[in-house]
Amino acid sequence: MIDANTASTAVKAVGVGKAFTTRNDEVVALTGVDLEVDAGEFVSLIGPSGCGKSTLLRLIADLDEASAGTLEIFGKSASRARLDQDYGIAFQQSGLLPWRTVGANMALPLELHGVSAPDRKKRVAELAALVGLSDFVDRYPDQLSGGMQQRVAIARSLAEHPRLLLMDEPFGALDEMTRERLQSELARIVAETGAAVVFVTHSIPEAVFLSDRVVVMSPRPGRITDIIETGLGTGRGEALRESAEYFEKVTEVREALHGAPVERVNER
Amino acid sequence: MSRRWSAFGWGALGILAVAVAWEGYKLLGPEEGLTIGAIEGETGSGVMILPRTHDRAMPHLWDMVARLFQSTSGGDTAPLAASVASAALITLGIAAVGWLIGVAVGTALGVLMQRWRLAEWGLLPWIVISQTVPLIAFAPVINVIGNQIDRGGFPWPQWVSVAVIASYLAFFPVAIGALKGLGSPDRIHTDLMRSYAAGYWPTLLRLRFPAAVPYLLPALRLAAANAVLGAVVAEVSIGMRGGIGRMLIQLAGQGSSDPAAPWGPTFGAIALGLVAAGSVGLVGLALRNYRRGEVTA
Repeated sequence: MIDANTASTAVKAVGVGKAFTTRNDEVVALTGVDLEVDAGEFVSLIGPSGCGKSTLLRLIADLDEASAGTLEIFGKSASRARLDQDYGIAFQQSGLLPWRTVGANMALPLELHGVSAPDRKKRVAELAALVGLSDFVDRYPDQLSGGMQQRVAIARSLAEHPRLLLMDEPFGALDEMTRERLQSELARIVAETGAAVVFVTHSIPEAVFLSDRVVVMSPRPGRITDIIETGLGTGRGEALRESAEYFEKVTEVREALHGAPVERVNER
Repeated sequence: MSRRWSAFGWGALGILAVAVAWEGYKLLGPEEGLTIGAIEGETGSGVMILPRTHDRAMPHLWDMVARLFQSTSGGDTAPLAASVASAALITLGIAAVGWLIGVAVGTALGVLMQRWRLAEWGLLPWIVISQTVPLIAFAPVINVIGNQIDRGGFPWPQWVSVAVIASYLAFFPVAIGALKGLGSPDRIHTDLMRSYAAGYWPTLLRLRFPAAVPYLLPALRLAAANAVLGAVVAEVSIGMRGGIGRMLIQLAGQGSSDPAAPWGPTFGAIALGLVAAGSVGLVGLALRNYRRGEVTA
């Protein structure tokens, strides 16, 4: 079905740009983005507010349309890939439907695509086990902590075995402790599923800890200024957070961010 | 537990306060009321600023209650309470039909306006204006149209006209509530549905309607109260027999000889409103999982 050439590339962007037209102005949110994400690769997009990292993610997800360049997801157009459900997505807010139980939230995409009830139930059990929420399947989102809600959202994004995961600051609203724990969990889950990930973040340590490559972006107009290979291998244990090569990469990314003409790197 | 009892307590206290105010004024107020600027010898002149308190104008509460258990119009006729109950049931049935029509029409309008901005611009002003038409002017028109349809061969009993008029008051809050509620999902939710390649109808069904529930429930309650009000007024205005509106007018006409009687159907109408609003409360209870976004009261 998919030839070897396209199967090895999850995302391929060539000269991608996005301009929003307002009443009397045109704002260039993104320009000249060339990026390739291999299948199974974890790529973070990092940069200050307004650098277009979320915009790029939305273009890949076909939630917005690129105004320049070409964008291919597994060798297809972004809209085709969306209709084919080639990706799963999670946002900074969990976006759970409050009237649905945890299980029913995880099953929402399955339900929309006509998966039978017994199959849904089976998949929900798998997903709940994957994110460690097996005991909470019948709870409602308002009975869960923020971190647990975000885990449900991640489980939901994985419901249909996507080969590509798109994540827009999924841990951005969580406290530091929960954040680190979920980072480790995400690293494990991604290793288990083998999906490629495009991960938008504000946090340098988070980007380095999780990624194979960190894409550094800068605003006005939003563009890619640097791409840093972390070369940290496949293991993502807690020991990595203390290691010298990890700190080295954190420093490298930080310098790449400051090297760009940016005044407000630390602003969230 | 204690909250629930205190709610009952406050309710009972409210009723007691009204009763005390009624009997208290009756005891202390001037028998013939207080009129200022009256011209000697000319009846009906001047402005009455305090109402009369004699038994024909303000019967005692216990007389009102006692009257409920006496025969409706003398002789062997059923007790007033039974007549009131059967009339109230008829009106309740008609109001329920009106409510259902109103909810259906209001929801449809809400869906339409949420779907197309143009429909909102075109329809919303008319919907608002529709509610400024006085019911007593509008009810006979519906009745005449109904009679013509009936004469044309399609059966259109009078109660259908009453239900239509009741629905005319009921649809308004539903249309507004539905418009607001269907548009209430956050960007993140609509983005998610788009990412699932869910079209308009699945999004409407799985996202917009459930999200609209907290907005629709108060609207449904208002619609229920409006439907009862509309049904009562419509009965009076088109002269339909059997319902509580007609009964109220009839007994009020005999008020000077039997002053406690009109209070029977008045209490009946109040009970009707409570039953209607309470039934919608049950709907809210059934849909409580859809209200989890709300701050629990």
